[in-house]
Amino acid sequence: MKEYIPVLIVFIFVAGFAVTNIVLSHLVGKRKDTRAKLMPYECGMDPVGSAHQRFSVKFYLIAMLFILFDIEAIFLLPWAVVFKTLSQTISKPFVFFEMMIFVAVLLVGYIYVWKKGLFEWNRN
Amino acid sequence: MSSLLNSIDLQYVIGALVKIAIFWIFIMLVVAYTVYAERRVLAVIQNRLGPNRVGWQGLLQPFADLLKFIFKEDIIPLAVNKWLYILAPIIVLIPAMMVLIVYPFGPEVPLPFGDVISQTINDLTAKIGLNWNVDLRTINLYVTNMNVGLLYVFALTSLGIYGIVVGGWASNSKYSLLGGLRSSAQMISYELALSLSVVAVLIQAGTLDLTKIVAQQSGWFGMKWNIFQPPLFLPCIIAFTIYLISAIAETNRVPFDLPEAETELVAGFHTEYSSLKFALFFMAEYVNMMTVSVLATTLFLGGWNGPGVEQFPWLGVFWFLAKVFFFLFLYIWLRGTLPRFRYDQLMNFGWKVLLPAALFNIVLASVIGVLFL
Repeated sequence: MKEYIPVLIVFIFVAGFAVTNIVLSHLVGKRKDTRAKLMPYECGMDPVGSAHQRFSVKFYLIAMLFILFDIEAIFLLPWAVVFKTLSQTISKPFVFFEMMIFVAVLLVGYIYVWKKGLFEWNRN
Repeated sequence: MSSLLNSIDLQYVIGALVKIAIFWIFIMLVVAYTVYAERRVLAVIQNRLGPNRVGWQGLLQPFADLLKFIFKEDIIPLAVNKWLYILAPIIVLIPAMMVLIVYPFGPEVPLPFGDVISQTINDLTAKIGLNWNVDLRTINLYVTNMNVGLLYVFALTSLGIYGIVVGGWASNSKYSLLGGLRSSAQMISYELALSLSVVAVLIQAGTLDLTKIVAQQSGWFGMKWNIFQPPLFLPCIIAFTIYLISAIAETNRVPFDLPEAETELVAGFHTEYSSLKFALFFMAEYVNMMTVSVLATTLFLGGWNGPGVEQFPWLGVFWFLAKVFFFLFLYIWLRGTLPRFRYDQLMNFGWKVLLPAALFNIVLASVIGVLFL
């Protein structure tokens, strides 16, 4: 477990650096607030409406899809790491086809979302 | 947990802290001079001079810029969600910099005057009653070699997305929101191809520990890099290509710099940020560039391996940095050369080209692995 202690040390080190920077810019920089300066930037005009508006549902779907595929990556990486040792201890076809079935199932899902038009970005 | 607590000893903690501090200073210098190099190289590409006034050939420009950042006005607009707005640059910077503890800078090297230094430290600590036994005759040029090193890097680099989304949303500006959304969609899309592309290397290396991945590539007078090493060199070359493209997209650089497309989004997610808060976003971007360059070097180009490393271990640091700086130069070169993608082109390329290519590459790698390993 010893090799994980630096994670904590570097976290404290870097967090200290980041917070120092924020505090430093707060203390050192001179401040002169004007109404126009404190407005959200919108090309020199008064902003029209709030910025917290609804946005395209596609971003949400992409996020869902990402989670699915990223879980796949999480399964694939350990499999790749033990590929050599497992194919020597158990058997090569077993190691190979186990993962190919998994990838095939995933591929079916991938083709499905493609056919459903999730990747059509310029569609109205 | 108890085994973790028992293993904490002061000597190890202080040793790690010193190493972290040295590497951190080094990385800050690299970041500062990458920015300077970027301005000078872009200037040369565009047939102008670039910054050359502060110091000889403008070499002190990064420090002038730092001072300027410190003394700039720290504007917090009225409409923002204040705490999230302040927190966002911190969330972006911390994971970006935490990665430095697993960078394998070089092999085990002999430290000049190592015996004198360790003797001095042992004598000094003995005086204040500590029983230290420091041996600095040879040192490892990494802070720690955890056995999940690569996963650690992937986990932390994807945490940075949160800071960008939070910053874009909390700014309460339309440009920031659009920039933040685009950035997150782009980063998660290309992260898939990125993490799937390394599978070919992992089949070859059989470990996630970055130091062991480098060690497995030594031999052949330092040229046994993963992209040359049979039997998996072909999948590794394809993986290297996929990795490089998605790494550029991950760090939001040209030609994938949609989140900060200045012609349409002003500055993207950091439109409303000023002074050192802006500098933190900026630093995080360049540290991330360095991280993906270090990973590309480590995974595909043999890390610190190169001709002559067996005889002169310090030469490994030179090879490592030469490869990393090559990638950093490539970033700048691309920025001076290529136009920007359109948003639908970007998403199409990520989901319809790179992801299937990465999946195909995994199948190819495992077929070759089954036949020849």
